[in-house]
Amino acid sequence: MSVTLRVNGTEHTLDVDPDMPLLWVLRDVLGLTGTKYGCGQALCGACTVHLDGHVVRSCVTPVRRARGGRVITIEGLSADGSHPLQRAWVDLGVPQCGFCQAGQIMTAAALLAATPKPTDDEIDASLAGNLCRCGTYPRIRAAVRTAAGLPPIASEDD
Amino acid sequence: MAIVRVTRRSFLVGSGLSIGGLALGLAPGLFADAAHAADFGPNALVHLAADGQVTIVCHRSEMGQGIRSSLPVLIADELGADLARVTVTQADGDARYGDQNTDGSSSIRAFYDDLRRAGATARTMLIAAAAARWKVKPGQCEAHDHAVHGPGGRSLAFGALVAAAAKLPVPAPAKVVLRPTRELPHARAGGAPVKMLDAPAIVVGAAPFAADLRLPDLLVAVIARPPVVGGKLTRLDAKPALAIPGVKQVIELPAPKPPWAYQPWGGVAVLADTTWAAMRGRAALDLVWEGGDGASYDSAAFRQELLASARAPGTALRTVGDVDGALAKATRVIEAEYHVPHLAHLTMEPPCAVARAGGGRCEIWASTQSPQDARAQAAESLGIAEDKVTVHVTFLGGGFGRKSKADFVAEAAILAQKAGVPVRVQWTREDDVRHDYYNTVSTQRLAAGLDAQGKVTAWLHRTAFPPIGATFTRDATRPGAGDLQQGVLDLALDVPNVRAEACEARAHVRIGWYRSVYNIFHAFAIGSFIDELAHARGTDPRDTWLELIGPARTVSLAQLGVAKLENYGASLDDHPVDAGRLRHVIERVTALASWSRRAQDERALGLAAHRSFLTYTGVVVSVVHDERRKLRVDEAWIVMDAGAIVNADRVSAQLQGAVAMGLSNALYGGVTMKGGVTEQSNFHDARIARIADVPRRLHVEFVESDGRPCGVGEPGVPPVGAAVANAVFALTGQRVREFPILPALA
Repeated sequence: MSVTLRVNGTEHTLDVDPDMPLLWVLRDVLGLTGTKYGCGQALCGACTVHLDGHVVRSCVTPVRRARGGRVITIEGLSADGSHPLQRAWVDLGVPQCGFCQAGQIMTAAALLAATPKPTDDEIDASLAGNLCRCGTYPRIRAAVRTAAGLPPIASEDD
Repeated sequence: MAIVRVTRRSFLVGSGLSIGGLALGLAPGLFADAAHAADFGPNALVHLAADGQVTIVCHRSEMGQGIRSSLPVLIADELGADLARVTVTQADGDARYGDQNTDGSSSIRAFYDDLRRAGATARTMLIAAAAARWKVKPGQCEAHDHAVHGPGGRSLAFGALVAAAAKLPVPAPAKVVLRPTRELPHARAGGAPVKMLDAPAIVVGAAPFAADLRLPDLLVAVIARPPVVGGKLTRLDAKPALAIPGVKQVIELPAPKPPWAYQPWGGVAVLADTTWAAMRGRAALDLVWEGGDGASYDSAAFRQELLASARAPGTALRTVGDVDGALAKATRVIEAEYHVPHLAHLTMEPPCAVARAGGGRCEIWASTQSPQDARAQAAESLGIAEDKVTVHVTFLGGGFGRKSKADFVAEAAILAQKAGVPVRVQWTREDDVRHDYYNTVSTQRLAAGLDAQGKVTAWLHRTAFPPIGATFTRDATRPGAGDLQQGVLDLALDVPNVRAEACEARAHVRIGWYRSVYNIFHAFAIGSFIDELAHARGTDPRDTWLELIGPARTVSLAQLGVAKLENYGASLDDHPVDAGRLRHVIERVTALASWSRRAQDERALGLAAHRSFLTYTGVVVSVVHDERRKLRVDEAWIVMDAGAIVNADRVSAQLQGAVAMGLSNALYGGVTMKGGVTEQSNFHDARIARIADVPRRLHVEFVESDGRPCGVGEPGVPPVGAAVANAVFALTGQRVREFPILPALA
């Protein structure tokens, strides 16, 4: 059975099992390896992509749910790494091992698209499902704030 | 091809890397094992091309500690290179690089001088070449900004000197003068900041991890492993798996023989053209396992065994004075017992390796911390010589000690050979949680004798845990001095009677190194107990720490009460047990946290400090009740004295991360076994800290120092657990003596 979807602006018609999770379609069929496998149960967020502008965990999203949809992965967030989050991530040295970072950035990008000036509570709530074992969380928070045009650390009375 | 003069003490200009350029062999002494010295082939850490481009090899694995943004900077700074014209390449596993096992927080501290010398040797020769051309003395020249500068404003770019420098003899290491550390442009505290080298690739998803490699005809393998290590397959029907579209082969792996060491766990592999098909195929296998070593292992029962062991005398490994006599004479004896369960690594990237084999050779790409061990285990598993195996090191999605084990790499090698096509072995998260080399499980008992004035006159510390040695030899049934050096034997104590004992404990699962290892539970017990003593005596915890550590001094082996101290492989001359440095981080972190003004109704501070990996770390955390009356860490301070710093930004990142991992250990830490089977399986029940668990106000400082570099990656973790427990006690009056701390309160 074939499935047609747009990934990072390119339309693909794929002969795949419609139950195959979008994650494995992206990685194993389309070769877009920036999206990572971390848990397979929507528990860690490493596989986060956008489907029609919404954050989804691609590891539990059957590709049939993306039929006719627009998928954006980390490779398609910007043409050249120039998304404000990507720039803030580099400027503030957010990554450590880097494995979870695509998922973190994709979640944060959806947050900023909906909430351009998030509070720290909104940042924490948005990223609550994105785990990082290296503990880059303080810099993630600072980078999201920076990309939003806020000072990296909230003042005491914020 | 340029000149080839492959001898130990001359330039190494060889094939491949160094064509047309100048390559520099490592100074003798980089490799401790002289047997490897003869292998100085075309290998080089530093290479200059005729166009001036510098290539520096990173021989240690990048797993988030920022080593690729650190070691090459150290070399480049000594060379006088412009970082914009430096390319970093990743070394394959090869004994000619010396030790590549990226563990023990050792990459900087073990290689600091040798790597600097590698850069300084190249600089010395470039200067010699320039001086000869100008007919001036080398001492009149200096190298910086990718050029040699001489008298009268003359300068020559590095590239213009490559051909001449390549013809010069390599100076003896002793003749190579290092720059004063404070003159290194970047690689020091207060130096010019260096951005994380690989961040631009990471943020666009282009940094290659092992699973990202694409090879023609590659099959993905997902393995059904026996739930208990050593379990036997008693029934296998592969037909339902082979019926899944995309599944190509089902292959049984050899069963390991104890001791487990780095052998693959065994099991049945399903190979398919996609990961999804392989996972479905594994689920469809009809198989039955029986038995296994440790099939009776039960964490609840074992905890009682450990407790009984810690309540009986063990092997004394540290003795000062007469503890029994002092305890008998004490006005008051304080005792406490602490338990920390097995901890799982939970790297965000589950283990993964890719291999292709054929013609008696094997080529591997793996997220390995120890490419030489991976090479050796793959060769052993395939029955071929090590030199027929190549191991390329990819980015690691976290390591923390898990990926120094070669089991998953050997799985890929075996399957590639049997399948006849390239194979990627993909561990699922469930595989990772259930088949880890866990941090060991421990129970400790501490006792202190107090005199009538409340002064501590006796200190007894018993620690019971299966040692990592048990993974490699069945004889290891109790910890030894090499294990107790992690926080017990090297603790500076100004107490007249001290004894530390190692108590029997047998291993029933694979155990291994986990970031900070035994220091985690030793620091938890010691840090909690000092706080308990303070409250029992009614003294300030900070003052109690300083009183027990005693005055600033170097503590000798005799004063420690040990015959020798492994000291993380470092000499005591270079890295003594320094009570002053431990005091200093306590004084500094408590000053930062305004410790003396800490009394507030809804907030309490807890303090702990610890020496590990030659580094001294002090931590204060603040615990509050949140709006739902749940306990939360809302602020933390960490101060580290790790001697000289190479990349301050990466060190700061390591300390932030250490607090997060310390909180994961303390708040959620622990996996448990029943019937030899790990009861947890994924992040819902093997939990780690989330963003909201890590305080928004997290203050990191390190002591600016020209001292010898010490470990950085691990030493931030150990004090966090006790600091949390002590803060919880200060706020609630409840003393928690185990991980995880918060569930124990409920």
